[in-house]
Amino acid sequence: MSMDIIENILFATIRTGTPLLLVALGAMISERSGVLNLGQEGMILVGAVCAFIGAYTTDSLLIGVASGLASGALFSLIFAVIAISLVSSQIATGLALTIFGTGLSAFLGVDYVGLSIDGLDEQPIPLLHSIPLIGKAFFAQDLLVYGAFILFASIYYVMSRTRLGLIIRAVGEAPAVAHSMGYRVILVRYATVMFGGAMAGLGGAYLSLAYTPMWTEGMSAGRGWIALALVVFASWRTERVLIGAWLFAFASILHLVLQGFGYDISPNLLAMLPYLATIIALVMMMQRAGTAQLAPRSLGQPYYPQN
Amino acid sequence: MRIEARPTPSPTMRYLSPLLALGLTLITGAAIFSALGKAPLASLHAFFIEPVSTVYGLSELFVKVTPLLLCATGLTLCFRAKVWNIGAEGQFVFGALIAGAVSLQLADHQGFWVLPVVIASGVLAGMAWAGIAALLLTRFRAHEILTTIMLNYIAIQLLLWSVHGPLKSPSGYNFPESELFSPQTLLPTLWGQYRVTIAIFIALLMLAVVWTVLNRTLLGYQTRVMGENRQAARFAGFNGNRLIWVLLLFSGGMAGMAGVSEVNGPVGQLTTNLALGYGYTAIIIVFMGRMHPLGVLLASLLLGLTYLGGENAQMTLGLPKSITGVFQGLLLFFLLACDFLISHRIVLTPMRGHRPSNTSTREVTSS
Repeated sequence: MSMDIIENILFATIRTGTPLLLVALGAMISERSGVLNLGQEGMILVGAVCAFIGAYTTDSLLIGVASGLASGALFSLIFAVIAISLVSSQIATGLALTIFGTGLSAFLGVDYVGLSIDGLDEQPIPLLHSIPLIGKAFFAQDLLVYGAFILFASIYYVMSRTRLGLIIRAVGEAPAVAHSMGYRVILVRYATVMFGGAMAGLGGAYLSLAYTPMWTEGMSAGRGWIALALVVFASWRTERVLIGAWLFAFASILHLVLQGFGYDISPNLLAMLPYLATIIALVMMMQRAGTAQLAPRSLGQPYYPQN
Repeated sequence: MRIEARPTPSPTMRYLSPLLALGLTLITGAAIFSALGKAPLASLHAFFIEPVSTVYGLSELFVKVTPLLLCATGLTLCFRAKVWNIGAEGQFVFGALIAGAVSLQLADHQGFWVLPVVIASGVLAGMAWAGIAALLLTRFRAHEILTTIMLNYIAIQLLLWSVHGPLKSPSGYNFPESELFSPQTLLPTLWGQYRVTIAIFIALLMLAVVWTVLNRTLLGYQTRVMGENRQAARFAGFNGNRLIWVLLLFSGGMAGMAGVSEVNGPVGQLTTNLALGYGYTAIIIVFMGRMHPLGVLLASLLLGLTYLGGENAQMTLGLPKSITGVFQGLLLFFLLACDFLISHRIVLTPMRGHRPSNTSTREVTSS
């Protein structure tokens, strides 16, 4: 196997893993505060369509990215109001967000199907990009990929080294205790859910502005659900989310790899791989003793402060 | 004005909430229509009334209701027990795929047994697809929400592979479609030129079965206990895993039947776009119908109407068909929001903050 092929596989893995990483990091943060938002798929789609419309109508990718980010955050606010303030079932509300987001994005994007834009370009970093093997994968990507790396590092820092991270974790582990210590549980949960929405919107923006610069209905293709599985797989740990995203990305591009080696397998059968990989990863994870105990203790439980 | 927790959940609000949600959806819908520059009332009429104002329109409503009701009937039992089968869509597709493959195999056979074999193959296929999730849940503790969703995507890829490959019609100009099924493999229609098939009766019959099971049998009792409290179910001494298997297999079979009702009904062949989201819409139906068979029946009529309304809005108003999904999502959101009033009530108090003597009342917000 030549160097070239490995370089390209690594490059494609990082690229494909970027939307998964963004969405899964956002989902992880809201889950760490105790909120399970199954609406990831809907938020990605709304982010993707708004990012594309923003970029297409203003001819500015920056505005596109900002629209994706903002629309994801705003859209997740619906979930926050119903699941946090109106203490509805998080499972049902998250499903509703996915169903609504799928419909809404198709509705908003109907006039934009088939249009194309110039997507984000690769911006090789001088010198670093010519490192053999990994240079191309890590230092010859587009700005959103670098942005995802920076976000990952910031989240890792915040969650493990700062007071804010501690508060988020306290709210997720024991909301009643956090409340009695004077932290505003509801406010924290609103913030983490909207942060998750912004990250999912950004993931969507990556899909429609960089990965495949166009809008197609349902273009997220289950990435929101895979990201949710990824958080379980990573047992709610930031660094494992990164590794997981790359592993899943590799499973999704395996068909390119196999085709590259001349295997002739139906693309539809190969398209099943990421979903199969998700199931296998879940099963393997649950075999390890105590995975269930790793989940934030109040995950999925509504909470409202008692006077 | 103040919001306080009710001492006990209100049964009235439980049944009023879906109606309230429908009202709010209609108001929001009118606002959306006028924002798009359409006359709101005329648009609502075109969406909700016009499609069912003819006998043909009504018959088409039942064409949509058939697969929806079949899926929702199975999910009713699952959701009652809080077994979150989100995979009706995949079970539908796999049922349709296998029933379709069997129909193509039996194209040259005559006889009364052909159709029962086709139906049974679709139902068993749906059960098998749900059975995978049951195995993963009971044996490997992999959460059913994620596994059933993943199985949905896999089933759709299997369907695409089949119609692009082994089941593609040799006489179809290379379109990804199977050959048309022979008449003896199709479900009989009820009357005349209408497309409603006998599957609607199977759906109604099964709904009655679910009602009986829920209210008159030990299985139904166990289902309700498990939904209310998994711990209690364990203490009551029955095997939760067995119940999970039964519920998932049943709902998988129903979704498989829904697949048969579609592919061996109005569609009549395997195509790439069989998955129209009925399995997801069925989830909304079960919530709207309060997980009660009668409510599920009414809700399936309403949600079936949103499909027809979307098609009609496309034809007469020039709006995208995907407005159906917007209405369905709004409906579910408003329902979940209105459900807040089951456990809470709004109390009107005099302007000067008069507080009740019972200070232990939980307040969420006060103004």
